[in-house]
Amino acid sequence: MTVLESLRSRLGAEAELSYSEFRDNHRVVVGARWAYAALDHLKNEIGYDMLFELTCADYLYYPDAKDRFGVVYGLLNTRTGERLLVKTWVNEPDPALQSVVPLWSGANWLEREVFDMYGVRFEGHPDLRRILMPEEFASFPLRKDYPLRGRGERHNFPVLARADG
Amino acid sequence: MPLELLDPLAGPTVDEKDYLWTLNFGPQHPATHTTLRLILTLDGETVVKAVPDIGYLHSGFEKLGEDLDFNQYVTIADRKNYISPLANEIAWHHAVEKLLGVDLTPRCKYLRTICAELMRLSDHLLCIGAVALDLGGFTAFIYGFIEREKIYDIVEHASGQRYHTSYTRVGGMQYDVGDDWIAKVRDFVKGFPKAYADITRLLNKNRIFIERTKGIGYLSKDDAINGGATGPVARASGVVRDVRKDEPYLAYKDFDFKVPCSTAGDCYARYIVRMREMEESIKIIEQAIENLPSGPLNLDFAGKATLPDKKAVYRSIEGLIQHFEIIMPNRGVPAPVEEVYAATESPNGELGYFIVSDGKHRAYRARTRPPSFIHFSLFPQLIEGHQVSDVVAVLGSLNIIAAELDR
Repeated sequence: MTVLESLRSRLGAEAELSYSEFRDNHRVVVGARWAYAALDHLKNEIGYDMLFELTCADYLYYPDAKDRFGVVYGLLNTRTGERLLVKTWVNEPDPALQSVVPLWSGANWLEREVFDMYGVRFEGHPDLRRILMPEEFASFPLRKDYPLRGRGERHNFPVLARADG
Repeated sequence: MPLELLDPLAGPTVDEKDYLWTLNFGPQHPATHTTLRLILTLDGETVVKAVPDIGYLHSGFEKLGEDLDFNQYVTIADRKNYISPLANEIAWHHAVEKLLGVDLTPRCKYLRTICAELMRLSDHLLCIGAVALDLGGFTAFIYGFIEREKIYDIVEHASGQRYHTSYTRVGGMQYDVGDDWIAKVRDFVKGFPKAYADITRLLNKNRIFIERTKGIGYLSKDDAINGGATGPVARASGVVRDVRKDEPYLAYKDFDFKVPCSTAGDCYARYIVRMREMEESIKIIEQAIENLPSGPLNLDFAGKATLPDKKAVYRSIEGLIQHFEIIMPNRGVPAPVEEVYAATESPNGELGYFIVSDGKHRAYRARTRPPSFIHFSLFPQLIEGHQVSDVVAVLGSLNIIAAELDR
């Protein structure tokens, strides 16, 4: 039974599943509401025991894109060496997904990074704070509508004066 | 004012755990080697909790990847893990070539394999040297650096740069290598076992080194898999995986080499795995340099993706046109409208690139899968219950490179 059939039998026909291949990448797209159940199934039933990658891309200016953020989970079965990329779409105004930290502890920082860079919230995450950008930063820098050279935030950072100065 | 007598029998009103205190470690501390910060909660000398605080070196490398084209971005790629810059360049162009569907020439595959393995030696020598240095053994660090200097010379000879080489190009390399370079690599391969034996003799049976690394920073196999560990960190915990063996890329399937693993999972095991990997790397370099195929290094530029040779640019109109087609910002090589993930085994672990392409000659999204980032997220669970002085041993054994960590 292929991965897709197994997922379809678990999630039902309405889970917006699709499968594609490019070079040696195997990819599954699943609707955001079913993403956690799909990942849970892939980990516990099919044996993808490692989450090697969790990232996001902003498809704002992408040709023919219908949705805004594509969150990609890279799964690896360490026994067979098979890889699978699982993608799900989330949209503004409130892009949110269920956190997969209960499944893979390695997702902790990766989800924080996606939140930091794109503003996608992960519900149930134990510590969803910014990780690379400063805490007071207001924008999400890897979004496509954020300019490459920034919005002048650097000039507004508070400057600490020397105590004796 | 009348004096008030204190009740001597009243119990302590402070919080029960008030004896714990907080120590700030970094971001500028000689033993972090790079710019990272830890907030340690201590009970005496025991670390109860460690909270990493990262982002001090965040430079928006991934955002830049959406602005620079496939050839230009190599200059950013090698600034990520600057201990093994060429390995990063190879990883980046490996992903780009997978996206474009370019198959390299045999000579280029061999040359890149040699470069990647030289970088593995360079990275492991620094990692091992730095651990030894932090634990009080200065000499091993110097022995490692003598060998690294030779690697720099080899790389400089080929690319013209010691450090940030920017040596790879889509479909090939910037320059070809000559017989003098091959002789240089042969010399290095011949001389390396002596330095290796020196480091081994200094550390492998050194009581101080062993006591400070054995049993420290234990990572179980399940935690390694669950946490996403790869490379020497995972292999020291019994995860038998190596991208070079499992998904052979470049010329790795032509060579005979082993993948050293351990089940101990502590800092000493990570040290031993790295040492044994260096033996295998030298074997690969030796096999590759003796069997380096002759023939062209770069793909024929009529294939459209590759930069033409400079001679062709200056002396033929086809070469000049092709050069312009690739270099000019409004032209460029079209890529398929697709997404691809490609992984390589960098010295630190799995270094992958996830490229989303919208058909232009630059990436729409250039995501790095940084091994340092994922390994550093394991750090709190590795250090808990150990002493403050073990922080540097665990940090060193994970080989955290902040430029790659923060990007």
